[in-house]
Amino acid sequence: MKRTVPLIICSLTGFILIISWFLPAAESWGEKVTHWFDIVAAFAFVLGGANLLKIHLQKISNRRIGWGYSAVTLTAFLVTLLAGLFKINVNPSMNYPAYSWSGNYLDEGGLLWWIYEYLFVPLSATLFAMLAFYITSAAFRAFRAKNIEASILLFTAFLILLGRTYAGSLITSGLPDSLAFLRFENLTIIIMSVFNLAGSRAITIGIALGVVTTSLKLLLAVDRSYLGSD
Amino acid sequence: MVQHSIIKSCCKSVVVIATLLLLITEGYSAEPSPVEKKTSIQPAKNITIKDYPGDLGTSLIIEWELSEDDQNDPKKSFVIAYEVYRKTEKTEYKFLSQVTYQKNFYRDQECEPDKKYWYQVIAIGKNNLQSIPLESLNPGIPILQWFDSRRGWIGILMLFSCSLVVYFIWIARKGKKLKIRKIAGLDAVEEAVGRATEMGSSCLFVPGILDVNDIQTIAGITILSHVAEVTAEYETDMIVPTCRSLVMTMAREAVETAYLSAGKPDAYNEDDIYYLTDEQFGYVAGIQGTMVRDKPAACFYMGAFYAESLLLAETGNSIGAIQIAGTAMPSQLPFFVAACDYTLIGEELFAASAYLSGEPDQLGSLKGQDYGKLLCAALIIIGCTFATLSSLANHYQWGTGMESSFSSIQTYVSENILGEKGFRP
Repeated sequence: MKRTVPLIICSLTGFILIISWFLPAAESWGEKVTHWFDIVAAFAFVLGGANLLKIHLQKISNRRIGWGYSAVTLTAFLVTLLAGLFKINVNPSMNYPAYSWSGNYLDEGGLLWWIYEYLFVPLSATLFAMLAFYITSAAFRAFRAKNIEASILLFTAFLILLGRTYAGSLITSGLPDSLAFLRFENLTIIIMSVFNLAGSRAITIGIALGVVTTSLKLLLAVDRSYLGSD
Repeated sequence: MVQHSIIKSCCKSVVVIATLLLLITEGYSAEPSPVEKKTSIQPAKNITIKDYPGDLGTSLIIEWELSEDDQNDPKKSFVIAYEVYRKTEKTEYKFLSQVTYQKNFYRDQECEPDKKYWYQVIAIGKNNLQSIPLESLNPGIPILQWFDSRRGWIGILMLFSCSLVVYFIWIARKGKKLKIRKIAGLDAVEEAVGRATEMGSSCLFVPGILDVNDIQTIAGITILSHVAEVTAEYETDMIVPTCRSLVMTMAREAVETAYLSAGKPDAYNEDDIYYLTDEQFGYVAGIQGTMVRDKPAACFYMGAFYAESLLLAETGNSIGAIQIAGTAMPSQLPFFVAACDYTLIGEELFAASAYLSGEPDQLGSLKGQDYGKLLCAALIIIGCTFATLSSLANHYQWGTGMESSFSSIQTYVSENILGEKGFRP
């Protein structure tokens, strides 16, 4: 029963979504089903929050390695939650100026807005910016000319790099028009729009078929391992 | 005295020149611009009303030819917009909407099925100029369609692929042995868990950053279920930080059952599968912290990933973990290939569950998928052949009939079968 009911719900929902894609009259059924998901996901937020509290409180109470980070996480979580719930420092709405809580909790000037704008956004941007260094270190390893394939990869990457920079255009700018295709910027276009695109489309077709097959396996309950096998 | 008269005459001539210049300038500025000169503008032409395909009979498409005064350059164009009006059998013309210049259609989405609608289009010019209204002589009638014919070919291709999958599942159930090629990344799962066991370290499983409504997450969870069986057998800890609370719940179910089926229910610890945050980079930071502190010996990344793919894989590489990744995000595959030991590319992620379970039902579905690929390859070859023949016929002038038939087949394949036209002509 624990497995059967979710499987029936999954199959029913999946088939409704497929039908609504092909039959305009059933379009609203599909919308309803996606609303169900939104409702379940909204409740799951509470579940997530409770789990976060439990895990980190346990870590702090057991003084496990890195418990200080858990304390920071919990403090940040609670401060942000309270700032949003109690609309701290939010200006009142123009329609109800007498009520201090009438403003939107996301309005400029509020504590939640401040946390988002001056803590969350810079921290996210910092982490994202670190990607540049990670790309460099990964490229350094990937482009080592250890064998023929790696050498081809290195050569192609070098061509693309030159084709995407002004230096590359400058080096081959002297080539006559009859050999214009050999200019780095043109070679880059050929590599990207022919070889790269062909490979990427092959992967995309494979993915599409994989999605169809996996969906069918789930709808027909052939694959039940996502709910734990029987 | 002479000097004085020279200065006087100079002053006079300066005044005369200045006056003349002023008159010329005034005259020039008083000249009306071409736009200001205009007292009327040309109306739009040839209005047509079509039923919007594949809907509940609630939309009509109104198309017209642009007014002669409608130019692409906003400085030269006299027309700035078109106003669309609508009337029914019972009501008079009412304003519907305004569309910008150079746009020659409007979709009315507030119709009722089988009701007659007439439309009127008025070109609006600068200085509030209006053209003569262009009226539709025949009414448009929105029709309820039971089947969206634009998706007809998608439906046929989907039915065909699904039939192949079902057929091969049936074949597999009858006991026929199916040959499946080796997938190195999946064969390495046991090796990775074994290494973690030998080192007395844990395994880390990241099921992507999307929710359970994404098929990649589901594929990731099915792989998690199989990896959990191996970790249960080896009695190795497995940490699963999740980005969504629903994924956490689902992962817990899958791992608990895997531990049960491996005969190690006591080894299961639900706190090893926990929720971190919904925020992309917050999630990455949390996992990176776990990696650096706990130093797991094997890391699995299976699911949907964006920019965090390389951040995670490089951190895993820096701690010397054996890494196996799988995603169907084509843009993230190069990062995983560069930084991980094994990568499941696109369809391999979806094939993993069948491959690891070895169940005939699931292996049959893989075979069906392969035949689907064969169908796609056939369609590509047909398209390329007809495109080449059409081009050759055009170049060597084989005859207009042949050229047009090749090109029409090519167009039908690209626009109807693979494009958005479907069954529509």
